[in-house]
Amino acid sequence: MEAVARALVDLMSGTQALSWADLSQLFVHFALLSFLAIGGAITTVPDMHRLVVGEWGWLNDAQFSGSVALAQAAPGPNVLFVAVIAFNAGGLPGAAAALTGTLLPTTLLSLGAARWGEQRRDTLGLQAFIQGMAPVTIGMLASTGWVLTEPSRSEWMCLPLVGATVWLMVRTRISPLWMIGAGALIGLMGWI
Amino acid sequence: MGLSPPEAAGLNPPPPAPGPQSLRDLFFAFNRLSMQGFGGVLPVAQRVLVEQLGWMDRAGFVQLMSLGQVLPGPNIVNMAVIYGDRCMGWRGSLAALSGLMLAPLAIVLVLAWIMRLGGTSAHLSGALRGMAVVSAGLIISIAIKSWPTLRRNVMGMPMCIAIAGTVVALVGVLRLPLAYVLLSLGPIAWGIARWKLRP
Repeated sequence: MEAVARALVDLMSGTQALSWADLSQLFVHFALLSFLAIGGAITTVPDMHRLVVGEWGWLNDAQFSGSVALAQAAPGPNVLFVAVIAFNAGGLPGAAAALTGTLLPTTLLSLGAARWGEQRRDTLGLQAFIQGMAPVTIGMLASTGWVLTEPSRSEWMCLPLVGATVWLMVRTRISPLWMIGAGALIGLMGWI
Repeated sequence: MGLSPPEAAGLNPPPPAPGPQSLRDLFFAFNRLSMQGFGGVLPVAQRVLVEQLGWMDRAGFVQLMSLGQVLPGPNIVNMAVIYGDRCMGWRGSLAALSGLMLAPLAIVLVLAWIMRLGGTSAHLSGALRGMAVVSAGLIISIAIKSWPTLRRNVMGMPMCIAIAGTVVALVGVLRLPLAYVLLSLGPIAWGIARWKLRP
């Protein structure tokens, strides 16, 4: 009983019990960082590391990269890594402050920008944006995928596994879940 | 691209359907694709929205992705908010966003809590590494599946290859930050397309 109570109290704090001042600092800094997340939330990881590990000292290196890896592997958008980092640092209040800070301002901005664009959909300027950005976006995707293989690229299983995944996704309707499961199994066996 | 386009394999997406009929539809579609999105939601989003539901075609998906990428904030979150708004206004945004976020948020926090109580192991980090490699392959596959949409691009295929190739060289090989490349190459690509579109 006592253990359950302790575990529940544990939910409300992390390595730290964050004060209101800490929480608002978290909200503001993550909100500012989110505006730099052009091209993907994961691009802000180095800056968040600098703040949470370096400046504030709320997590150590291993705790930080463990948080990012967990969020990457779990279902859902990659941006959830923000919630996990803040949860491990400051429990549920931390997660709430960090996630609303990351999502609220940029979401409102995107909504406004998209509505503005929608009204001008037929203008040459916007058509040029749609056409011009298509190859940029596709190039970004290919590069992001390539960069993600980096930590395991020296393992001989890495590139065949990437190749097999690409082939199955392009040529069959098999669910990506099966491939993720296979990847987990291969990693579990220590082959990658 | 060494691979022939997916059309050859008889995997044409279904013709575009009317789209979501209710806020419930939006919520559950985004919930479904998010819950299947291990190591990134984009590949599943493409599969569910384009190939299974037929709410948009491949080119429409690339357009939505371009918007999500150019605007600050997480790409898939921007895409959900923008698509939800386009279908059903701000309520649609909220439905798509909560479908995308709520269930995975609960799951990942419970996992973090369990790991905090139990600690980690070498097996677990091995499994995480294996999953990361597969998710890299999943992301590359969207690039390949989107490639045929460039054939109708106003800039022409050679220019598209040059632009996509430059991005891969700068981001994939030289490892320049995505934001710099987007902010410098984006306007150039826009200028070329605008020039080709001139009346």
